[in-house]
Amino acid sequence: MASSMAGNIAAEKSFYEVKTEHPGLLAWLLSTDHKRISIMYLLSMLTFFLVGAFIAIVMRLELLSTGETIISAHTYNALFTLHGVVMIFFFIIPGIPAAFGNFMLPLQIGAKDVAFPRLNLLSYWLYLVGAVIALTSIFSGPGPADTGWTFYAPYSIRTGTNVTLAVFAAFLLGFSSILTGLNFITTMHRLRAPGMTFFKMPLFCWSLYATGWIQILATPILGITLALVMVERLLGVGVFDPVKGGDPVLYQHLFWIYSHPAVYVMVLPAMGVLSEIIPTFARRTIFGYKAIAFSSMAIAFVGYLVWGHHMFTSGISDTSRMAFSFLTFLVAIPSAIKVFNWLATLYKGSIDMQPPFLYAISFIFLFSIGGLTGLVLGALATDIHLHDTYFVVAHFHYVMFGGTGFIFFAALHYWGPKMFGRMFNKKVSYLAWAIIFIGFNMLYFTMFILGYKGMPRRYYDALPEFHNLHVVATVGSWILVSGLLIMLINLLVGFRKGERAPMNPWGGTTLEWTVPTPPPLENFHEIPLVEHEPYYHGNKEKEMK
Amino acid sequence: MSQAGELILEKHHDPIGARIGMWLFLFTELLLFGGLFLLYAIYLNKYPEEFHFASSQLDQFVGAMNTLILLTSSLTMVLSVGSLQRQKRNLAILFLVITFLLGAAFLVNKYFEWGHKISHGIYPGSAELMLHPKGEIMFYGLYYSMTGLHGLHVLVGMIIMLFLWYFLSKKTHTAVSLKGEALESFSGKILTLADDTGRNIWKSSTLGENISQIEVTVKGEISEETMLSNEVKLHNSGLYWHLVDIIWIFLFPLFYLIAM
Repeated sequence: MASSMAGNIAAEKSFYEVKTEHPGLLAWLLSTDHKRISIMYLLSMLTFFLVGAFIAIVMRLELLSTGETIISAHTYNALFTLHGVVMIFFFIIPGIPAAFGNFMLPLQIGAKDVAFPRLNLLSYWLYLVGAVIALTSIFSGPGPADTGWTFYAPYSIRTGTNVTLAVFAAFLLGFSSILTGLNFITTMHRLRAPGMTFFKMPLFCWSLYATGWIQILATPILGITLALVMVERLLGVGVFDPVKGGDPVLYQHLFWIYSHPAVYVMVLPAMGVLSEIIPTFARRTIFGYKAIAFSSMAIAFVGYLVWGHHMFTSGISDTSRMAFSFLTFLVAIPSAIKVFNWLATLYKGSIDMQPPFLYAISFIFLFSIGGLTGLVLGALATDIHLHDTYFVVAHFHYVMFGGTGFIFFAALHYWGPKMFGRMFNKKVSYLAWAIIFIGFNMLYFTMFILGYKGMPRRYYDALPEFHNLHVVATVGSWILVSGLLIMLINLLVGFRKGERAPMNPWGGTTLEWTVPTPPPLENFHEIPLVEHEPYYHGNKEKEMK
Repeated sequence: MSQAGELILEKHHDPIGARIGMWLFLFTELLLFGGLFLLYAIYLNKYPEEFHFASSQLDQFVGAMNTLILLTSSLTMVLSVGSLQRQKRNLAILFLVITFLLGAAFLVNKYFEWGHKISHGIYPGSAELMLHPKGEIMFYGLYYSMTGLHGLHVLVGMIIMLFLWYFLSKKTHTAVSLKGEALESFSGKILTLADDTGRNIWKSSTLGENISQIEVTVKGEISEETMLSNEVKLHNSGLYWHLVDIIWIFLFPLFYLIAM
């Protein structure tokens, strides 16, 4: 409970130093402080990210040479399932909102915590329990699920592997995600500082707002779908089983009714972070604030109506295919509005190429490639050719990893010093960026070509004519991972032993930069009064006009 | 309140925030059932005759009884919320208990209804059911899934009511709770607690380093904050209960009445 003393707490004690109720690890696991919860999420997610990356490296190694080499076909099936489940449900869906949103949302709107601090902790526990169950599913009974992260029926109902446990883990993570979204929306409605209207909120908050609504309105569909898979396996109800009169295509519909909007749960917060970083390092206010805010909501809304584009080859009617294809193209409009606004913000800005900006700006390049190839997949004729090939794999890695992943790293560089109170080595960051960028494009751009030539996804082996390109991709994966390790080790060392970070290392204008580094337990001694728009860099703007 | 000067106990209470949170949660519940309603609509469209026949095999009387029970329970829930708002705590508890009993009656009915079907071999995955046409297998599959999930919600609602019963019956409240940082600042001082008339109810000894936590609980009265927080809790539980009710209002015609 927030019973607190007014005033006389020693001014500079950060939330790390304040004496806690419980000792040791419990001080973290039982804390309802949004900052501690955020750091727990961050560390858990980075752990899962490394696990997922390791699995990917093993898969790439198998594809380095033709024929069965280090793992069997069945193990490969289990590994791509695990890679998908870990990366999607444990890293990228909770990703930016749970780690950075939790820390920054209350700070950015001038609040002491989120609206429901205990619910926030419950979300983290659900995440943790989900993780434990997912691990159990790997190492117990008949072994890890081999269905792919999509758990498509009827195979997911019939396979002897541990699908029930894996699905239950995903169900819990969905619940955790719902509670986070619910918490954030209520926080933004109730706890904004005086003077901070909705249109004075930083754009990161707007993106979390849009994300929150998707989490609330889409995730329950996944919940019921996964619950039905469990019920199918345990009781044999038959709603997705053709033998009993069920329809497996309905499973795909229900699954994608959630999982397509979930793509925007993954990418909208990243766009929000970018909208923070660009004005900071361009030393300008954002161009088209309202257009960016509304385009977040528009993406969230249209994103609901496009799930069918995952099913163009599943035997749905031509009419619905055309409708879904058209709606898919519509998503490109609000996405492009954002990109053009960011570019317009950079125009005539005095750009300071610091590491967070470098990582963030890569988003625009990589996400544009991912987005444009998305249009290729959204068109009916080309999709028939490219469906279930490496082209799709490359497309979503460009969008998810090149987009959200890079922004996650940008956010680590941008907000990390605020969260941990120390700076990292900038030169190593630049170097790591270059290695990651080269490795990334070598790995995934090669996949575009492989897919276009007809290499199907989810195969543990390849025909000889694809061999050379697979070698290129695998070498790319080595470069990528070395870059990632250099970057993460640099951050880890920096945040533990680096020099102390100042209050506002990047010259940001939003409220999180007005509190000490790292922030005190209750964030603000006095709730601030907000008078300016979020990206107000003095009256430079007016002088320029 | 204390000799150390301005100790302000700042409690975080936001009834509107709590209600927004609850409504958002109810949206998720609607969508959770929404997936099942979607499946129902599609399979009804695919197997209209089998659904018609299977529906006529259900006991409309039991279904109607349960509808009556659940609707009445929603009424008693509202009465409970209303009573608490008029500060009639005992009446609120009474209506809450009645609501709980009606929920239990609903589940007992459900138990016998399911038991009857199961004794005839009609349950998911049974050899008997597999002999029926596919449309009927689907109908009963959905029947057990949807009423089952709904029954689970009734059960959860009843558990929530037990908690509320406990909260409403509790006649103590914590007047002072100090630990950690807040307590340290009073080190070496003496704390006293006075009521509205200025009369001292409680006094501490000199606070030394060895004291890690102070908690003062007052019996026999409920603070305004507790009252308010109970009201919010009861109101939100009421909202949840009405959701359970409204879902049943759709389940009832879809399973019991389409054949009539």
